[in-house]
Amino acid sequence: MSRRPTARKNEAFVVNSVSRVFGAGHTAVHALRGVDLDIPESELVVLLGPSGSGKSTLLNILGGLDRPSEGTVHFFDRDLTAMSDVELTHYRRHDVGFVFQFYNLMPSLTARENVELVTEIADDPMSSGEALALVGLEERTDHFPAQLSGGEQQRVAIARAIAKRPTVVFCDEPTGALDSQTGQAVLRVLQDVNEETGATILIVTHAAATAAMADRVIDFADGQIRDVRINEHKVSAEEIEW
Amino acid sequence: MLSPLDRKLLRDLWRVKGQATAIAAVIALGVMLLVMMDGLVNSLQETKDTYYERHRLADVFAPVKRAPDRVLDDLKAIPGVSAVVGRVNGAALIDLPAQEVPIRAQVVSLPRSGDPILNGYRLAEGRRIDSDRDNEVLLLKAFADARGLSPGDDLTATINGARRIYTIAGLAQSPEFVYTTPPGELAPDDARFAVLWMNKPALEALYDLDGAFNEAILALGRGAKLPAVLGQADRILRGYGGTGAYGLEDQVSNRFLSEEITSLRASSRGVPPIFLGVAAFLLNIVVSRMIQSERSQIGLLKAFGYGSAAVSAHYLKFILVIAVGGAVAGCLLGILAGVNVAGFYQTYYKFPFLLFRVDPAAFLVGILVSVAAASAGGIFVLRGVFVLAPATAMRPPVPADYSRSAGVVRALGRWLDQPSRMIARRLIRQPGKSVTAVLSIAAGMALSVAMLTLMSGFDRTVRVNFSLVDRSDVTVTFAEPLSRKAVHELQSIKGVVEVEPFRDVDVVLRNGLHAHRGAISGRVAEPRLNRAIDDGTNTIFLRRDGLILSEALAETLHIEPGETLTVEVREGRRPILRLPVIGVTEAFIGAPAYLQLDALNRVLGEPNRVSGSYLRTDSIYNDHIYRELKNSPAIAGVSLTDDTRASLRKLLDTGAGAMRYIMAAIAAIITFGIVYNSARIAFAEREQELASLRVMGFTRGEAAFVLLGELAVITFLALPIGSGLGYYLSHAVAAGFSTDLYRIPVMFDPASYGSAIIAVLIAAFLSGWVVKRDVDHLDMVAALKSRD
Repeated sequence: MSRRPTARKNEAFVVNSVSRVFGAGHTAVHALRGVDLDIPESELVVLLGPSGSGKSTLLNILGGLDRPSEGTVHFFDRDLTAMSDVELTHYRRHDVGFVFQFYNLMPSLTARENVELVTEIADDPMSSGEALALVGLEERTDHFPAQLSGGEQQRVAIARAIAKRPTVVFCDEPTGALDSQTGQAVLRVLQDVNEETGATILIVTHAAATAAMADRVIDFADGQIRDVRINEHKVSAEEIEW
Repeated sequence: MLSPLDRKLLRDLWRVKGQATAIAAVIALGVMLLVMMDGLVNSLQETKDTYYERHRLADVFAPVKRAPDRVLDDLKAIPGVSAVVGRVNGAALIDLPAQEVPIRAQVVSLPRSGDPILNGYRLAEGRRIDSDRDNEVLLLKAFADARGLSPGDDLTATINGARRIYTIAGLAQSPEFVYTTPPGELAPDDARFAVLWMNKPALEALYDLDGAFNEAILALGRGAKLPAVLGQADRILRGYGGTGAYGLEDQVSNRFLSEEITSLRASSRGVPPIFLGVAAFLLNIVVSRMIQSERSQIGLLKAFGYGSAAVSAHYLKFILVIAVGGAVAGCLLGILAGVNVAGFYQTYYKFPFLLFRVDPAAFLVGILVSVAAASAGGIFVLRGVFVLAPATAMRPPVPADYSRSAGVVRALGRWLDQPSRMIARRLIRQPGKSVTAVLSIAAGMALSVAMLTLMSGFDRTVRVNFSLVDRSDVTVTFAEPLSRKAVHELQSIKGVVEVEPFRDVDVVLRNGLHAHRGAISGRVAEPRLNRAIDDGTNTIFLRRDGLILSEALAETLHIEPGETLTVEVREGRRPILRLPVIGVTEAFIGAPAYLQLDALNRVLGEPNRVSGSYLRTDSIYNDHIYRELKNSPAIAGVSLTDDTRASLRKLLDTGAGAMRYIMAAIAAIITFGIVYNSARIAFAEREQELASLRVMGFTRGEAAFVLLGELAVITFLALPIGSGLGYYLSHAVAAGFSTDLYRIPVMFDPASYGSAIIAVLIAAFLSGWVVKRDVDHLDMVAALKSRD
């Protein structure tokens, strides 16, 4: 059974027989068991699955935070699995944006400065103002995280992730800590980013409804991909039923 | 079976083992110092008391020219006197074949048979003197050991001008000679001073004192009044050339020993609390920050239904294990170090045994202070956490509010990149934490500065004393004051380049009720070989018209320039003089009273007398010079400046000096412990931020910069503060080491500050290297999943 839908565009990621085992011997945990997957560029992809299904492990490997125990991962023509730590750092620095469930903002920096933290080390970033405008926070640029709501903090995190003009943005449960309305707004921002910058966006979530806004939905269970669906009728974030 | 909470406790301790060890070590060192010094003081005091009592050391010493034995009955009749012995006590010169310079010795009589009633001795080797043999002697064990002499060996000695060969019957130790220095010197040198004991009849014959004595020694009963006894003894002995009875407190060996114990007691009360205080301060900070980081776990425990008391007990146990563990280790280390340092003391203070005992109160104080400091740090934070509802404590903490720091940083901000802003904001946003971190490093550094300043003060004393003060090669002392002719005779010895006479006169200085037993130093008008200098190393110009006193002495006597001092001369015709004090100066060493030589002789009515001379010599003629001096009967002693310097150096490097090295080492370890803990805590608090930076593509170095930059800023802020604190602390520590008459010089010594700064930087560098390694090994995934 082929899990590979026909590729119309360039593949951003090509994942070949990737396994990830934590620990060894009888305590070993198989988080991923031989995953094969292609992700075309500029798509908004949602990885669905229950806790422990391996979706976050895959996201970490694609994001250069972890390495597979077996198999290869290519990012365009570059082999992530063959990269040194320095090269992985370089990859995260220039090609990748991250958004986390708990935002992970620097509390000691303002919204603008949190974004500048990244733009200072990027090659061709947008301005911090531009990035914050993209997420609708142009009015709150000089506020510290402590002065922002959870949704606003997550939007700053998204602005920080996209300001470097990344090729791909990884979001691990981006709405997990937010109420539904705020969650919707955050997803809307991700959708806008995808449309306006053309960045590939991978969202890991266990909220199945999110799938409605994706180009592609990947279902995870027990460390394997159960299904890959192309969503022909994707809806805007506001229309998602929670 | 351990409860789950106790198992958590053990695992938590294991998790923070590095930090817990560092905290425990700091406590252990503070307690160790307390226990060691307390043990040392107790041991020396008890050993001294026991030794004195066992061998019946006299309470009063009364030298006379010559008094018939029957006078002893009169002395015995003085109220309060329980025993009296008349003995012969004189000076001798020992001539060893291998030694060019004659060795000075004291010779003391023993009763022909039986044990001495007072001032007994302990026979260490050999046998007692045969009552029929006049050519047998007991020899001071320390000298025999230093010179490789044993019972049965022969010894050539000149006693009262008669040179004879004696046989060493045995080697002895005595409470009267626990600490012996060559006359006129500060530091002991076993090889250059000896004591001989002989049968009284034999010694009577040598000194022409048949049926008489030249020193009475008295023991006092309970409740006897020393001043009254001294007064009566002086009255009785006046007609026999008594030169003034004095109490045990003025006996040379006892005086050195007592001063050492006094000084040790002062430092044991003054110095360990400073160390323990710094350790307690640090402990408080570290514990409070450790508890703070347990916030969500505390919330969880409370959510499970554990009460505040149970949770507090859990964390107090955590603190107590570290504090008590450190304190107990400190007690054991203190005993170990105490026994060893006491052993050092035995090389200078010749006790036949040493009783090492620590006052249990010292253990208790050490443990209680540690536990109190640790608990205070913990309880304060626990209270803050308990105020929170369990749910609030468990929720990811609201990001700390940095908005207050916005203005300040914006002002500097133009030049700062974002990581630098993070550093600046953290420092400004949490001024309490930043200030305590800076202060704790500064406090540790101040300890190092104080100990180094103290050591360099000693070094400088030795250096200045032998380069600026004493530029002579040889000091010659005469058996009694001689005329200037003796100076010319010295001048005529081939190889003697320069001779500078001096006269030291034993006196009691009195100002009303305040008295000091010491000497007046008579020096030539323009001294070249041995100059009086003040603590700024300026020459003190001696004058004819009055005394110049050292500040320490002026304070003891409560006298100021312009006032007049009563001077009881204790030699010659023993006149009582009234001399004006015309100046007070901070003396470089000791507590001298200066007067110009000619003026001194004039007030004594003894023109042109000198008691010794400083010589500058041409070293190729030294052997010849020593031979000439050895053969001159008028000379009581010869000391070589090189020998004196070597023994003083040795005294400062080992023995009592060892204590200062131990303290400096402790100061360095405490400083390191503080810096290391600051770095560890900073890392723990920032782990998640650092992981986020790494995830965003910051290199290891860039992420570490945020952490190390903060450590660097704190360290650099601590340096000037530590220097300032160190300046004051060195005065406090020096005061702790000083006694009434001996002051430890505290001088601004850039090298000490430089070394302390380098030590702090090395500690910061090593600690930084350790946390840098942690940054390199950050688990980005795990750190991002965790919520606090």
